[in-house]
Amino acid sequence: MNELLLTVLTLSVLGVLLAIVLYFVAQKFKVEEDPRIDEVEKMLPGANCGGCGFAGCRAMAEAMVKNDDISALYCPVGGADVMKAAAGFLGKSAPEKSPQVATMRCGGTCAKRPKVNHYDGAKSCAVVNTFYVGESACAFGCLGYGDCVDSCQFGALSLNPETGLVEVDASKCTACGACVKACPKGLIELRKKWPKDRAIYVACRSKSRGAVVMKACKAGCIGCGKCEKVCAFGAITIDSCLAYIDPDKCKLCRKCVNECPTGAIHIVNMDPLPKEPKVAKPASVAATDVATQKPASKPVVEVKAEVKAEAKAEAKAETKSDVVNKE
Amino acid sequence: MKTFPIGGIHPSDNKRWSKDKSIERMELPDEVAIPMIQHIGAPSVPVVAKGDKVLTGQLIGQAGGFVSANIHSPISGTVTAVDIFPNGQGLRRQMVVIKREGDEWMPEIDRSTELKRECTLSPSEIIAKVRDAGVVGMGGATFPTHVKLSVPDGQKAEILIINGVECEPYLTSDYRTMLERGEELLTGVEILMRALNVERGVIGVENNKPDAIAHLKELVVKGNYRGVEIMPLKTRYPQGGEKQLIAAVTGRQVAPPPALPISVGAVVCNASTAVAVYEAVQKNKPLIERVVTVTGKELKETHNFLVRFGTKLNTLLERAGGLPDGDVKVLNGGPMMGRAIVDTSAPLIKGCSGITVISGTQTPRGEEAQCIKCAKCVAACPMGLEPYLLSKLARRKMWDKAEEHNTVDCIECGCCSYTCPSFLPLLDYIRIGKQTVMGIIRARAIKK
Repeated sequence: MNELLLTVLTLSVLGVLLAIVLYFVAQKFKVEEDPRIDEVEKMLPGANCGGCGFAGCRAMAEAMVKNDDISALYCPVGGADVMKAAAGFLGKSAPEKSPQVATMRCGGTCAKRPKVNHYDGAKSCAVVNTFYVGESACAFGCLGYGDCVDSCQFGALSLNPETGLVEVDASKCTACGACVKACPKGLIELRKKWPKDRAIYVACRSKSRGAVVMKACKAGCIGCGKCEKVCAFGAITIDSCLAYIDPDKCKLCRKCVNECPTGAIHIVNMDPLPKEPKVAKPASVAATDVATQKPASKPVVEVKAEVKAEAKAEAKAETKSDVVNKE
Repeated sequence: MKTFPIGGIHPSDNKRWSKDKSIERMELPDEVAIPMIQHIGAPSVPVVAKGDKVLTGQLIGQAGGFVSANIHSPISGTVTAVDIFPNGQGLRRQMVVIKREGDEWMPEIDRSTELKRECTLSPSEIIAKVRDAGVVGMGGATFPTHVKLSVPDGQKAEILIINGVECEPYLTSDYRTMLERGEELLTGVEILMRALNVERGVIGVENNKPDAIAHLKELVVKGNYRGVEIMPLKTRYPQGGEKQLIAAVTGRQVAPPPALPISVGAVVCNASTAVAVYEAVQKNKPLIERVVTVTGKELKETHNFLVRFGTKLNTLLERAGGLPDGDVKVLNGGPMMGRAIVDTSAPLIKGCSGITVISGTQTPRGEEAQCIKCAKCVAACPMGLEPYLLSKLARRKMWDKAEEHNTVDCIECGCCSYTCPSFLPLLDYIRIGKQTVMGIIRARAIKK
């Protein structure tokens, strides 16, 4: 019994002594930290995705507290609401930024972009990119091994086995930008998110000339410039045989969608304009352009047929690709 | 017999398919496409435009910097396009397309075949001639030769090593060059020694080519080439790697990058490069053609061709009886270091020492399995690295750790992938790690 008491007593005394020592040590080596950092960190989503450019939410919170001007800081995951709340708490003005969504700009599905060789190496876009252009003849298209899917920690990206392309689930995408960095072909862009997850974009990044594009892929932008002409808002520009729709200028009128001879302009959560009546209706410059160019689109179809035959002939000369191999 | 100290493998050399085929001159192509980047360094800048008439050997691409090389027209004719076209890997490259008309050469080029041994030029004159002729390392790395010969201040070359190893399986272009153009090679070695101001030149040849060794030894004695030595080396891949060859010949180790072979007093050139240097200096002939092995078990014929650059690979393959049926792998180079070609209408470039055709059934990759930590890759790595670790670090994007473990030392020889019993694509990922880390190092240097 005595021993038991002695043990309890010794340990209690030891505990009290150490507590006193620890108290003074804690006082002595106390790190002064702004308590607001903790508060701001709690407001942030805690995804630690790095989308803001900082190592994690804590680092972002620190930066928000320390910097007087936080207009350059933005949490894409939390969005405007979180930024407003945090800025309000800190008494600073919240940065204005419209919500964004990752957009995969390649429409070269398996059906439209024939494979001309087999690849049996490591299943990674980054690895394929060190070897060659990929299984299709297009030097710009989606490789389809899903490096971006692996990089997404919100499960917003998925590889559709039927099309061989990556699809974005806009409701899950937080626009953190991880996929943008992961894609070796630079296909993914963070674009403006319209209400109801609507979107319009040119699903092609090919800077090759029209004839080269047509040979490799039936869904590519050939840089014909029809969309640029029809756009009443000057939102479309053509650079190196490639159209680009500026989301800040675009008003979602969808005239360009009907104009595109290869269907490279994609729309999401919107119905396309009815084809005939709308084209005839506006008495603007665009309408005359359309009228003069309509017949010109016919030969294009014929060329396509020829190209198909050529592509098939080429597909016969299949080669395999990977570098190191065993005998 | 000497060899390099660590690592290495013994793949079956498969040289028997083409080693007895003497060098044939390929007929002139009707049209050539010349990429403006065929070497390591800055791309060349085209100095001709569409419609220009060019002569064989005329400058068409000016070196875009010190580490870059001039490019010359391999045929005479008219420039029909200066534009972007896909290369063998389908990557977009600026090319000059020339349609052939006749066969007219630049007047200063000496087209006679007799040997011209006398060389009284000073080292700087030799280097200038090599630079003007656009000579690059022809073993595959295509490093501009004039850069190698320009020894930096404060360092001194002690030994010239000529790479006649050709450790890559299948390829026999250097072997045939040594046998058939031995005197030109040895004169080239003399010129290189003169340019570097060294007394000793060693030609390293693996002992699976005994006739080349005997032939060169005989020529050295007969022609009284002073200071030139033929050194037989024990066959082992990758002996043709620059650092491995230096270690094999001199026993010295080159420090990790950015240290260069010159830091241990050695300069390494390929055997074919020595011939190109001879032609550039003595005959004023720029680099416009090379010996290419077209080989493979399934090919109807195998050849060693002397081909002008820009010739479509198709024509070479057709001369070899066409591609076999079914899936085939066409490699620009040999099976270890070669790059697969997806477009056989691509042009031949300076670094292509052979085209190897392997049927798909011979080259399946095994099913990827777990790393069993057997350390076979560690034993095989000739650079003393840990490939399994570097590969893993690259997969996990741990670039700082990869840098710590010297991923930039990797010479991409492929021994690790070859030896892995779990069929892991080790090199594929290490290459990404190496490229990324090199980018990080460069960015850091610029920041400073």
